[in-house]
Amino acid sequence: MRQRSLFGVVILSGVYSFLMASVLIVLDAVDVAMTEASVGAGVSTVLLLATLHLTKTTEATSFRGTMIPLFVAVVTGAALIWSTFDLPPFGTAEAPIHKHVAPYYLENSLRETTVPNVVTSVLADYRGYDTLGETTVIFTAGIGVMLLLRGARRRDRAADVEGSS
Amino acid sequence: MQAFRLVVEYYNYFVTIFLMVAGLYVVIARGNMIKKLVGLAIFQTSVYLLYITPGKILGGTAPILDPAFKVYSNPLPHVLILTAIVVGVATLALGLALVARINEAYGSIEEDETFERDREA
Amino acid sequence: MSLDLILRIGTKLILPFILLFALYVQFHGEYGPGGGFQAGVITAGMVILFAITFGLRAAKRIAPQALVERMVPLGVLIFAGTGVLGLLLGHNYLDYGPLAHDPAHGRVLGIFLVEAGVLVTVSGTMTALFYAFAERGR
Repeated sequence: MRQRSLFGVVILSGVYSFLMASVLIVLDAVDVAMTEASVGAGVSTVLLLATLHLTKTTEATSFRGTMIPLFVAVVTGAALIWSTFDLPPFGTAEAPIHKHVAPYYLENSLRETTVPNVVTSVLADYRGYDTLGETTVIFTAGIGVMLLLRGARRRDRAADVEGSS
Repeated sequence: MQAFRLVVEYYNYFVTIFLMVAGLYVVIARGNMIKKLVGLAIFQTSVYLLYITPGKILGGTAPILDPAFKVYSNPLPHVLILTAIVVGVATLALGLALVARINEAYGSIEEDETFERDREA
Repeated sequence: MSLDLILRIGTKLILPFILLFALYVQFHGEYGPGGGFQAGVITAGMVILFAITFGLRAAKRIAPQALVERMVPLGVLIFAGTGVLGLLLGHNYLDYGPLAHDPAHGRVLGIFLVEAGVLVTVSGTMTALFYAFAERGR
C-alpha cells in the first residue's frame, strides 16, 4: 500500500502523534505526552501543511529499488533485537536506571524546591544547564528558518534585473 | 512458556525497534523529501519510546509527588525527552524551510530529480 | 465569507479559553503536568488558529511580527539572566538558592523565572516559524 498524496501522509503523521501521546500517558510520562500532543500533532502538522502549500502535494513515481533499503532495515532490526535481551526487562524497579540520580530527585524535590512535579523541578533547577542548551537550540533553529525563508527571493529579483538589462 | 515470557517482557523494546527500522526504511527508500522528514519524525518518536520505556515501573505512577503514592516512575528520561520533542519540531521546521528553498531553486522536492538537475548543470 | 461562519464564530469563542488553558498549564506546571514548553506551544497554537481562520494580516495585528521576533532572543536572555543573577549573588551559575531568604523559596522563584523564559522563547519561535512559512506562500 502506498500513499502518493502527501496531504494524506501529513494527516496520518498527525494521527500517529496523537497515538504516541496516548502510549506515553500509559507509560506514566504525562508531561511528555502533553508536549507530544501539542507539538507533534499540532505545530508539526501545521508546518508540514504550510510546506505542502509552498511545494507539491503529490509524490512522483520513483524507480528506486526497495530491496537494498529493506535489507538494510531488516539487518539493523535483527541486530537491535538480538542485543535487546541484555537490557533489564520492562517495568522492574531494580533496573540500573532507577538506582542512579532519580531517587535523589524524588526524595529531595519537595524539601529543596517545594515543587511536587519532579519533572518541572528537574527540568528547571537540577538540570537547568540542559534546558538552557535546549532553549538555545530552539532559538538557533528559529533564526535559521527566518534566515532561509525571509531572504525574500532576492536571487529571483537579481536574475530578473540581469535579464531585463 | 519461556519464549512467551521473553516476548512480553521485551515487547516495548520490540515496538521501539520496529518504529526505528520503519523510520530508517522510509528515510532510505523514499526519494520525496517530505516523506523523508516524516520518516525522520517516526525515527525520533522511537527514540522517545526508547528513553521513556526503561523509566516506567510497573505499579508506579507519574512523578508528581503526593502522599497517596509511594512508587513513581523515573522522572529523568521524561525531562530529557520533553525538551527533545520541542527541539525536534524546531529542527523539523528547519528541514521544511530547506525543502521549500530547494523547491524554489529546483522546482522539485524529489531527490532523484534534483540530482538529475545537478548532473545536467 | 458566509460559508465559514461557524469557523469564525467558533474560533472567536474558543480563543480566550485556549489562552487561559496555556496560562493554566504555565502556572500550574509546578503541581501538575505542564510547564513553559507546553504553554508556549499552546499559546503559539492560539495565534496559528487565529491566523488560519482570519488571515495573516489580522493575526499580525494581535501578535505583531516585530514583537514575536523579539520574543525569540528575549526568552533566552531571561533564562541566562536568571543564571547570571545567581552568579552575582555569589553562588554558582543557575543556582537559584540565594534569590530569596529561604533557599527553597529562591528555587521556586528561579523555576518560575526560567519557565517564563522558556514560555517566551518557545511561543515566539513557534509563531515566528508559522509567520515565516505563511509569508512565503504569498
